[in-house]
Amino acid sequence: MSVLVIAEHEHGQLKPETAKVVNAAVAIGGDVEVLVAGHNVADVANSAALIAGVNKVRVADSAAFEHQLAENTADLIVELASSYSHILASASTTGKNTLPRVSALLDKSQVSEIVGVVDADTFKRPIYAGNAIATVKSNESQKVITVRASAFDAQVEQGACEVENLSLSMDNALSAFVSVEQTESERPELNAAPVVISGGRGMQNGENFALLNGIADKLGAAIGASRAAVDAGFVPNDMQVGQTGKIVAPDLYIAVGISGAIQHLAGMKDSKVIVAINKDPDAPIFQVADYGLVADLFDVLPELEAAL
Amino acid sequence: MKVLVPIKRVIDYNVKARVKPDNSDVDLTNVKMAMNPFCEIAVEEAIRLKEAGTASEVIAVSIGDKACQEQLRTALALGADRAIHIETDAKLESLHVAKLLAKLVEQEQPELVILGKQSIDSDNNQTGQMLAALTKRSQGTFASKVVIEAGKAQVTREVDGGLQTVSLTLPAIVTTDLRLNEPRYASLPNIMKAKRKPLDVIAADSLGVDLAPRIELVKVEEPAKREAGVIVESVEELVTKLKTEAKVIS
Ligand SMILES: Cc1cc2nc3c(=O)[nH]c(=O)nc-3n(C[C@H](O)[C@H](O)[C@H](O)COP(=O)(O)OP(=O)(O)OC[C@H]3O[C@@H](n4cnc5c(N)ncnc54)[C@H](O)[C@@H]3O)c2cc1C
Repeated sequence: MSVLVIAEHEHGQLKPETAKVVNAAVAIGGDVEVLVAGHNVADVANSAALIAGVNKVRVADSAAFEHQLAENTADLIVELASSYSHILASASTTGKNTLPRVSALLDKSQVSEIVGVVDADTFKRPIYAGNAIATVKSNESQKVITVRASAFDAQVEQGACEVENLSLSMDNALSAFVSVEQTESERPELNAAPVVISGGRGMQNGENFALLNGIADKLGAAIGASRAAVDAGFVPNDMQVGQTGKIVAPDLYIAVGISGAIQHLAGMKDSKVIVAINKDPDAPIFQVADYGLVADLFDVLPELEAAL
Repeated sequence: MKVLVPIKRVIDYNVKARVKPDNSDVDLTNVKMAMNPFCEIAVEEAIRLKEAGTASEVIAVSIGDKACQEQLRTALALGADRAIHIETDAKLESLHVAKLLAKLVEQEQPELVILGKQSIDSDNNQTGQMLAALTKRSQGTFASKVVIEAGKAQVTREVDGGLQTVSLTLPAIVTTDLRLNEPRYASLPNIMKAKRKPLDVIAADSLGVDLAPRIELVKVEEPAKREAGVIVESVEELVTKLKTEAKVIS
């Protein structure tokens, strides 16, 4: 058995999800290799070589992989696939974009967003917005899998393993990168932060999200949002937590002015400790909260900032 | 330009799914069903392309048992021109669905296929990407904006770090994200009119796709329950509890 893990990276940096996906790979067993596909990604490869359990890092460094277009990356992975029994990627927007394409090209059924490894063929995954956990056994000879990184611990570090440079480049004539609008933030990323504070429709507008800043600064928190807050244009789309946004599981999650719809809960209910601030005592968010504060957020947010 | 919109019948998004007592699956008996919300967005986008004069025909397709004709009628009421029901009682995986759709794409030759990015039951997020691979087309997933111009689809995608825009040569595959549009409701006259629009039925078995399962459902369980929490009376009490009881802040 050998497992290929597709490295998750951005701006020439390896993302912390990769060490968590490697954890899932180690649980499956066998040799673990990491593929870094990108442009100017030497640092990414060197960081990946330090993840405990990785036997080899393979690097495809080419302008064709710069924007991680699914068409190009999928062809690359397919080219390398025959050596592996399992191909894993984070269930990030990059992994979700690319792996099903790989899976279909290999004529394999994919297992999406696993949260547990039972054995090399059998996995646990949430379905119906996390209201049920399915155990599925794949009878495919080769398994293509995306991994919910928040459900796995990060691997510790090791002495660097071998890094192999592949002289492979795949380009396609059908799709081209046009532009990117990155949300700039000094704060930790939602998926990686130990504390997340999220605002919902109750925040009323984008300016009021500033009320969360001081608290986030003091707690080293990332700031998230409900779909309603994103739809209303208060904050950008990449802040959405939920079934169809980002899945987080921090030590502390603070939901402010969020009602607690099934779809929002799906993205945060595995947090260690949940705090809810809502003026409606019947809001469903209180059913999952460890600590609930029934109050007007505009009164208590300044108090909370001062008390920390 | 012909636009194909595959749609799925799923549990209504307001309903919380329950697990069967024997842990064999989720219990869908007498549960309210509806069109998958991301598919509604796909139908809406196709109809807007038609209203703008960009699309000439909108075809809705659904794969499943007889009941999914209800959702096809909804798509027709919303403005699709005709519907195709690929009928099967088999439990399908995304790969099977993509293969059946690829056969239909071969027959119908749509220049654009718009699908929902995921269905809210299986939460797989696979079918559009697989269809793109099987039809050797480019893909614009998680779209929040689609502009068709000069043989290309310019697709703005919701990605983890913000928004990415790609340019796809048509024919192409697009999957929808939440903010692509706000779907309309069907009006009563249009619901009546939809009853007379064409709905063709094709037997899935006739399309020459191997639908044998490749993934077994071993069991389905309730997620771990969270322990009941407490209501605190003040910010001060909250902060004290977070420090001394939960020990998540210092
Ligand atoms: C296909 C689909 C996918 C979805 N995906 C997601 C997803 O990924 N993430 C997500 O979050 N949602 C998602 N949703 C939407 C979800 O169903 C809810 O509509 C959404 O989560 C509601 O957001 P909210 O809690 O901010 O707003 P509301 O439900 O309107 O709740 C606002 C809350 O704020 C409280 N409030 C108002 N003013 C104050 C105040 N001054 N002080 C204190 N409290 C106040 C109110 O009591 C209320 O409980 C999805 C829906 C669909 C159909």
